[in-house]
Amino acid sequence: MAVTTPGTGLIAGAGWRAHPWVVYAACVAALVLVPVGVNMLSFLRVDGDMLGHLTHFVLPELLVNTFWLLLGVGLGVSVLGVSLAWLMAICEFPGRRWFEWALLLPLALPAYVTAFVAIDLLDFSCPVQSWLRQAWGVTGLFEIRSRGGVVLVMSLALYPYVYLIAKSAFATQGAMALEAAQSLGLTRTRGFFRVALPMARPWIAAGLMLVMMETLADFGTMAVFGYDTFTTAIYKAWYSLFSLPAAAQLASVLLLFVLVAVVIEQRSRAHMRYGAVGRHAVSRRIPLSQGLAWLACAYAAVVLVVAFVIPVTQLAFWSWQVMDQDLDARYWGFAWHSVALAVMATVLVGVTALLLAYAGRRHRDGAVPWLQRIATLGYAFPGAILAVGFFIPVAYLDNWLIDMARAWFGFQGTEILKGTLAVMLLAYLVRFLAVGFGPIDSGLQRITRNTDDAARSLGSSTWHLLSRVHWPMLSVSLQTAAVLTFVDVMKEMPITLMTRPFGWDTLAVRVFEMTSEGEWERAALPSLAMVVVGILPVLLLTWRTSATRH
Amino acid sequence: MAELTLHAVSQSYGARPIIADLSFTLGSGEIGCLLGPSGCGKTTALRCISGFEAIQSGEIRIGDELVSRPGVMQAAEQRRIGVVFQDYALFPHLTVSKNVAFGLRNLSSEAKQARVTELLALVGLASHADQFPHQLSGGQQQRVALARALAPRPRLILMDEPFSNLDVELRERLSMEVRDILKREATTALLVTHDQNEAFSMADWVGVMHQGRIQQWDTPYNLYHKPANRFVADFVGQGAFVRGQVRNARQVETELGMLEGLIPSDCNPLGCAQCTRGCEVDVLLRPDDIVHDDDSTLLAEVENRAFRGAEFLYTLKLPSGQRALSLVPSHHNHAVGEHIGIRLAADHVVVFRQLV
Repeated sequence: MAVTTPGTGLIAGAGWRAHPWVVYAACVAALVLVPVGVNMLSFLRVDGDMLGHLTHFVLPELLVNTFWLLLGVGLGVSVLGVSLAWLMAICEFPGRRWFEWALLLPLALPAYVTAFVAIDLLDFSCPVQSWLRQAWGVTGLFEIRSRGGVVLVMSLALYPYVYLIAKSAFATQGAMALEAAQSLGLTRTRGFFRVALPMARPWIAAGLMLVMMETLADFGTMAVFGYDTFTTAIYKAWYSLFSLPAAAQLASVLLLFVLVAVVIEQRSRAHMRYGAVGRHAVSRRIPLSQGLAWLACAYAAVVLVVAFVIPVTQLAFWSWQVMDQDLDARYWGFAWHSVALAVMATVLVGVTALLLAYAGRRHRDGAVPWLQRIATLGYAFPGAILAVGFFIPVAYLDNWLIDMARAWFGFQGTEILKGTLAVMLLAYLVRFLAVGFGPIDSGLQRITRNTDDAARSLGSSTWHLLSRVHWPMLSVSLQTAAVLTFVDVMKEMPITLMTRPFGWDTLAVRVFEMTSEGEWERAALPSLAMVVVGILPVLLLTWRTSATRH
Repeated sequence: MAELTLHAVSQSYGARPIIADLSFTLGSGEIGCLLGPSGCGKTTALRCISGFEAIQSGEIRIGDELVSRPGVMQAAEQRRIGVVFQDYALFPHLTVSKNVAFGLRNLSSEAKQARVTELLALVGLASHADQFPHQLSGGQQQRVALARALAPRPRLILMDEPFSNLDVELRERLSMEVRDILKREATTALLVTHDQNEAFSMADWVGVMHQGRIQQWDTPYNLYHKPANRFVADFVGQGAFVRGQVRNARQVETELGMLEGLIPSDCNPLGCAQCTRGCEVDVLLRPDDIVHDDDSTLLAEVENRAFRGAEFLYTLKLPSGQRALSLVPSHHNHAVGEHIGIRLAADHVVVFRQLV
């Protein structure tokens, strides 16, 4: 008789002996904590002059800038996101179906791209203001290179986060809540403010916190606008002052902001579970009267045109202009580097996330769920923090390795790990692990313990179960994870900029270099390439939401 | 097809016992059922038998083969036990016929096809072979799950709450159909459920479980009419306890009159024949033990009534204030508060020692 001990392999079950999974999850979690620790430790080696300079001249301005930025963008995305979500989820008007997904398109546009298009179109010397001056004699109407300008561009680029999550909240509970409120004698307007909006608060808060994290992490837009925040300051400390400790100290202050956002976000997510009451009710939408319908239509159209159509049109126009001279061998080199890096990072993230998800399947209780949460916190860390946080320990390790190599093998070089992609890939892994982990984990959750048991009772070995049941059932989730990670890595700017080895210029780096010289037209071609790739996840998202609805 | 034997099987999570001292035998080709409220350990028992969980004492045999004892456990995939899960656990990425063929790996493709066709015909889904599970109704999914479990000709079929996700009407029809299918395939089967109608209509043998123990392993008829203890009497069917006094080995007197039958000797180690104390006992009266009779001098007040179409279930208040249930043909329509004539019509007696 063939006898085995229970619970071997990857199959779900209550196993106590299989510690390797716990160790693995702990290692991934530790990887996330490395940059946190490194940045915090920077305060141990304080350079008095530098710290004085930072606290007197740099920090106050950064704090004020960051405060207004967060406040402005928070207000902007809340108003845009919630109002559009309500119109699309609850109301009915001509063109709604089309707008419902089209309003997600700005997700495909990196904020830094919208930023330089906006500056070109709205700057003092640029077409719109010139026209206003000539036609109407209006001058000094607005200054796009200002706090207001940054807030406007960031809000237009980031509102889809709030829109998407608030829309699903309203769609599942909004109409029913509104009907309940009306049956209790409230008007629709009062029903919205008294019931539907407060009910959706956890969702809106979660979306808002994602926006806050993106805003704190943003480097490209701030660089284009010359608006000093922590990310640009870290970059300057790194490249202009050549001070790693200063960069790390700034990074750790930024980290405090991020952690606050993370805590709020996680708490909102916990509330989302309790907030979801009742079944998914397909209530009838509220048909808007003709006047209101046109107003709604016009509002959505204006947002879409300003946030997406104009920037893309301008990019296409520029690209066409510079195509002949710019579409040369060097351009293909940038594209190749972008794709190669994105593929490497995607494979790394995919494999790590898949194993992490399986670790959670093997150990549903105890430490692993916590380790998973820590391991996926990296999505909140701005790239600048990760770049500094991994560069310092790798450089340290490198020096040690070089000493060893010199002593043992007569090694002559000056770098071993620093010249490789190691720092960059580690930083990508931490930053984008959550992007890959989300879809894979929820895909794995859908394979229930009963599914495993059914296969085993039908004689499946572990390998057969994995290859014939898990793999086909997970393939859509894996593809989703891969596409999302690929696109995010393509668009990533600060990590790439700060840690790329010599000769690894990507499309994003090219965009940064051209925009920092003010050559907007020449940044258009690589930007357009990223927009085209960036539309993939938007299509995926709309396809998936429509698939779950039917 | 083989016999299933459990001998003194126990399982616990930490200090909490889940099943304790579980023993029963299910003959080849018979259908058994573990019946009990949720949390009684019946699903754990099923998982131990199917090989998804180890046991801490006792042993489990299928036919002559020992499959589980403490520290030793044949892997689930080697047991040749078919399992039908509560949520069916169909493979969503495979068609109906591929789901059914999943466990048929060592057959030639013709033999495989033949077996799949045979089973789909048996469960009446031949025309759905190329559909995917999500295109089927709940009842159809249930039958696919059964066909998939039966396909590799398992030694034993286990079913976990097989009909709980279906509506009442479909549940009754399907339980009959499934019984037919199992009998036609001459399969030994064990199901667990909390629904006694399901247990009674499907099973040859039913084990009532409570707190991890089998309270009684018996035929459905005996569970209803000869419950071994209070829990079984309460859990299976409706009824009420009325105080009674033992007169002798065959007679017990209640305020409704004298009941005759063999009185078990559980109130006195010597047995009631030797007992002269006139023990106070509780007598179980089923609703069909009390009939409505207009000529009877014994009157009871209607305290509550539930109309069931063919009959009324009256809750009656006896002269002493005790409650009893009576099932009365529905043309005897009495209002709450009315006094109606009743008499005993029990052909056997079930007594328990009074609770102190």
